[in-house]
Amino acid sequence: MPDRSVLLDHITIRFGNFTAVDNANLKINSGEFFSFLGPSGCGKTTMLRCISGFSEPTEGKVLIGGKDMAGVGPNKRPTALIFQHLALFPLMTVAENIAFPLEVRGVSKKERRKKADELLEMIALPGIGDKKPGELSGGQKQRVAIARALAVEPDILLLDEPLSALDLKLRQHMRTELRAIQKQVGVTFIYITHDQGEALTMSDRVAVMSRGVIEQVGEPDRIYNRPRSAFVASFVGENNAVEGIIKGQSGETAALETPMGTFEARVGGGRKYKAGDKALLFVRPEQLIPGESANAFQSVLSRQEFEGATNHVFANTGDQELRISMVNAGLAGSLPGQGETLSLGFRPLNATILPVGHMASEA
Amino acid sequence: MNRHTLFGGAYAIAFFSFLFGPLIIMSMTAFNSSRFPRVSPWECFTTGWFNELFGNARLMEGLLNSVIIGVGVVALAVPIGLAGALALSELPAKLRAALYTVLILPILIPGVVLGISTIVLWGQISRGMGAGFLYNGYFLTIVGQITFVSAYAMLVFIARLQRFDATQTEAALDLGATPGQAFRKILLPFMAPAIGSAAFITLLASFENYNTTVFTVLSESTFTTALASKVRHGTDPSLSALAVIIITITLVGALTNEALQRRKEAEMGGRASRSPLYLNPVTRTLTHPGVVLAILVAVIGGISYAGSQHDSSVCEAGVLQEKLDRQEELRAAQRAKIEAMEAEQEKTLPKSNSAFGGAFGGLGTPAPAPEPAPKPESPSAFGGAFGGITAPKTDE
Ligand SMILES: Nc1ncnc2c1ncn2[C@@H]1O[C@H](COP(=O)(O)OP(=O)(O)O)[C@@H](O)[C@H]1O
Ligand SMILES: [Mg+2]
Repeated sequence: MPDRSVLLDHITIRFGNFTAVDNANLKINSGEFFSFLGPSGCGKTTMLRCISGFSEPTEGKVLIGGKDMAGVGPNKRPTALIFQHLALFPLMTVAENIAFPLEVRGVSKKERRKKADELLEMIALPGIGDKKPGELSGGQKQRVAIARALAVEPDILLLDEPLSALDLKLRQHMRTELRAIQKQVGVTFIYITHDQGEALTMSDRVAVMSRGVIEQVGEPDRIYNRPRSAFVASFVGENNAVEGIIKGQSGETAALETPMGTFEARVGGGRKYKAGDKALLFVRPEQLIPGESANAFQSVLSRQEFEGATNHVFANTGDQELRISMVNAGLAGSLPGQGETLSLGFRPLNATILPVGHMASEA
Repeated sequence: MNRHTLFGGAYAIAFFSFLFGPLIIMSMTAFNSSRFPRVSPWECFTTGWFNELFGNARLMEGLLNSVIIGVGVVALAVPIGLAGALALSELPAKLRAALYTVLILPILIPGVVLGISTIVLWGQISRGMGAGFLYNGYFLTIVGQITFVSAYAMLVFIARLQRFDATQTEAALDLGATPGQAFRKILLPFMAPAIGSAAFITLLASFENYNTTVFTVLSESTFTTALASKVRHGTDPSLSALAVIIITITLVGALTNEALQRRKEAEMGGRASRSPLYLNPVTRTLTHPGVVLAILVAVIGGISYAGSQHDSSVCEAGVLQEKLDRQEELRAAQRAKIEAMEAEQEKTLPKSNSAFGGAFGGLGTPAPAPEPAPKPESPSAFGGAFGGITAPKTDE
């Protein structure tokens, strides 16, 4: 098995005075499905183009399979990039598209066709080899682009928001499919997306980016349950943020005084606080539980949004609006009505205290 | 509403008559045996003017020169234009605007200036380097025309390049293509239609150019310069015949191109696999641009052959006889008049028809007998122009 790892060694990429990627430093393991997740404009594409060789980092090194890639052009790197808009060649047939990497390597026509048919088989689209890309549906184009990239037999497949142009159903279907293809071929996938659902469901590990900075790297559940910054907490999933002042810290947890009361919660990122420090408390909507005795407080229900399996309930305590997820109890159960006062609470380990920082909406 | 459509219709008719009227009238004159290009009075249907056109040695020699020069200009101007357009697309915006102006400048400079400056420059070069062989009409005309014709080509390429998705090239590079392969296999095929258009436009521009060519061609002549000097000595229907040929070629080209574009569009857009026109093998073959071209060429060939077999001499002899009879009548009348005058012993001269009488009537001058209409020799200046029947002089 070849070494299909990617090491980003203190990468900084600048355009003039603007820093698009700021000191990215991480290792992507061989055969991993790795995602960069961040809002648009945070530098994801810039990072990907640097890995694929279309641009060189201003500072730092890219190592693929342990080899320094400085000065190695995109056509010489063991990577294949799937562009945001796919960039299929409209004048060529599907088979010619897929076999293009072989054509430029001087493989004979017959062998090219054979390989193209094999790959079409793999993406479950046999028999469309003679069509033009213009004749395909969005999902088919998507798969053809993947097949074309795999024809290179790359060690690393780079995907730049490849599903963003598809409709919701197809997007969800393609997630499963991409994951399956990745398991099948064993190639390292580096996947870029601004859609946290995509990143969390498909990836082995996720790097969350904001403003050119990698805020956190980790497994999806760790990113979700143990955010290390206000940005990650607010960008990944829904979260309630409450400002407060630290009263004191004892090991893993700290007490935070807020306008809603004083709460005990887990300290994020293993940080140390002094009494009087400003901080933010993050509690996820599904962790606010009616009738929970820990960290209990009173709240008045203001409105509800129905979404099938879960209901989004909004409640006010003072000026603070809180978002609560409640499982649909069905016809047999019942949900509290508007204007009712509700006693809510949350377990200290299921909420996170993080330093004040920029949040997703401000990114 | 109704009045609007009425007005619109009338306007459309007026507009199209204005556009195409002259072409239609001129095309008709090519088939009238009258020595002056006119449709009324209609004398005889003839195809003789085509023979006269092809029999004109000076024009035919010019045509050959035009083709040689045209091929040379296309072969050089198209790559230069493409290179210019590519260079522009790679540059940062500010530099691009500056270079664009420089490259477009030759279009704005009067052709006369380009022509003279080409002779001056290459005269210097050929004398300075002892390369006298460079100082000939073909070479000078090619380089002279390229200076502005390549800018036309560049404009065509710029328009096409603006629609090019640069990630296509990146994708090719990423898939392992060398920059050269990416150029040949991705960009060039995309540019192919523009290369076709550019070649066509540059060929036309070269072919029809007069202002620059008349200087740079030196003692040779191109089709256009030969035509211009012929027209200076008067026009005859063989020029209408030329117009008919040019219009026909243009129409055939346009129709074939349309067939080609439609098929391409249908194939690219995925309509080809749905449209009944493309599913039925018969209509699919019939609408193939090659077949369209072949059919058009066959039809025109057939018509041309039939036309070449047409003999208008009987009719023309009839018309001639009519004219002679008329002339004889007039002469007789004149003689009678003279006799009458002589009888009255008056000294006034008999009133003869003026030159303009000949010009507009073509009849009645007491001059040598008129020649049969389609004659390969060029008619003299005013004789040819006004359908007169004076003695033919030789063209200079
Ligand atoms: N070639 C460039 N020159 C200048 N700025 C650029 C260039 N490419 C990207 N940027 C800037 O870098 C930032 C990150 O862009 P990008 O990596 O495309 O973001 P995304 O995360 O949406 O893919 C953006 O603010 C963008 O404007
Ligand atoms: Mg992007």
